[in-house]
Amino acid sequence: MIRFDDVSKRYPGGNDALSRVNFELAGGEMAFLTGHSGAGKSTLMKLIIVMERASRGQVFVNGVNLNRVSRGQIPLVRRGVGVVFQNHQLLFDRNVYDNVALPLTIAGYSPRDVGRRVRAALSKVGLGDKEKKLPVQLSGGEQQRVGIARAVVNKPPVLLADEPTGNLDPALSLEVMNLFSQFNQVGVTVLIATHDLELVKTMGCRELILRDGSLVAGGDL
Amino acid sequence: MKTTGATVAITGTRDRLRAWIAHHRRVCIGTLRELLESPLSSLMTWLVIGIALALPAILTVFLQNVSALSGDWGGEPRLSVYLVQTAGTAEARALADTLERQGDVSETRFISSEQALVDFRNRSGFGDVLASLDRNPLPHVIEVVPVTADPLELGSLVARIEADNLVESVAVDLAWLERLYGLLQFAKRLVTALGIVLALGVLLIMGNTIRLSIENRRQEIEVIKLVGGTDGFVRRPFLYLGFWYGLGGALFALVLLEASLLFLSSPVEMLAQSYQDDYALSGPGLMGILLLLLLGAFLGVAGAVLAVSRHLRDIEPR
Repeated sequence: MIRFDDVSKRYPGGNDALSRVNFELAGGEMAFLTGHSGAGKSTLMKLIIVMERASRGQVFVNGVNLNRVSRGQIPLVRRGVGVVFQNHQLLFDRNVYDNVALPLTIAGYSPRDVGRRVRAALSKVGLGDKEKKLPVQLSGGEQQRVGIARAVVNKPPVLLADEPTGNLDPALSLEVMNLFSQFNQVGVTVLIATHDLELVKTMGCRELILRDGSLVAGGDL
Repeated sequence: MKTTGATVAITGTRDRLRAWIAHHRRVCIGTLRELLESPLSSLMTWLVIGIALALPAILTVFLQNVSALSGDWGGEPRLSVYLVQTAGTAEARALADTLERQGDVSETRFISSEQALVDFRNRSGFGDVLASLDRNPLPHVIEVVPVTADPLELGSLVARIEADNLVESVAVDLAWLERLYGLLQFAKRLVTALGIVLALGVLLIMGNTIRLSIENRRQEIEVIKLVGGTDGFVRRPFLYLGFWYGLGGALFALVLLEASLLFLSSPVEMLAQSYQDDYALSGPGLMGILLLLLLGAFLGVAGAVLAVSRHLRDIEPR
């Protein structure tokens, strides 16, 4: 589902964010991506949704070689990858329903399908009664769950999360992790970047560890 | 590999088309509602565009009126043959008859000096001045309508008439008609040039307004791009915004145009009456109105396209 083939990323100015990273995440696998700040976690995530391009090597997502993806095809790649952002990336002038509906509207689902799927996604994250609320009326944890609902609403084969529990207390964090693991159980490939090593241990999944841009554990060499 | 629930759902082409149309409709109505929700700033933009469109529109309608008016006089040339002061009425009438019998003259009309004086007094309002003169300063005039409009044949006809001892001078009315046409042509060019400049202005105003709107919605654009929105999807609301700005501006231009026609109509009618004519200003007509609205909408969308193509690419999620 996700494969990194000898991938390096050098930012303009000579800063090597990733060097020669190799790993493969099979379909339906769940893994954590850990490492110190600046180890390259965000860069790795950005490569998967083509916010950045690899300087060397090849990235495959859902069987597509991202090196061969033109600018116009980027949206199609992103539709196959649900992303949960640390800062939620919600639209604050729209209510919860419209936020979650956005990926479906973009993908051209009929309004009836949109309604069905949005309600299903919201009830899945436990926000079934909040669809008319604006994001500012929700707590941080609820906003995070709106972000998760949006990431999974069009049932993408791959789910990425960048520090999804960064601002949550331990109990809420565990709840969110259990949610991811539920998605994983229905076949979604999940990759979660996190600092929370305790939580990683609790979940007992594969762990990819980055150090200074190199994968030091969990990868394939 | 477990696949339950993890397949990308494929919807049919018809569903997609229906959803695409539904999205267009929603964006179309949504952008209009958005504009109406901040009426003051929208009104400003509409007014600016309206004024820029109204100026050439008013001038065009004005020119159309002048063209129609000059068209009423026909393109046919007319010669005014002024006789010498000493010519008697009888010999003048005789000359008119002679001229009318000539092959290249279709019609003549004799205006005696007395009649000319009466007409002049009635129309000009210089009655008192004329009364103070001890003799009629006006000569007899024969109006000649020639068969041909060909300048060469006309020239020879004029030369032949001028050769007569009774004739003081021959004025070819074609000359001033030609001058009027020339002037009209010049004015049309001027209005066209002005129209192009102002249309460019509208385009720039539109571009700038849309640019600001794009800037205001930067975060929204980034999020849409992050969750897989195509350029077309991101572009759509801005193009509709341009459409509504342009159409609204054209409506204001139309109001300004009708208002100025109303404002001018009574003096024009009075002027026409003084020339014993029941001329009335004609408006832009249905085609003109449609054209103006279309032009406004087109300029709005074109300005939006310019802004969007310049600025949307720069906004990428970070």
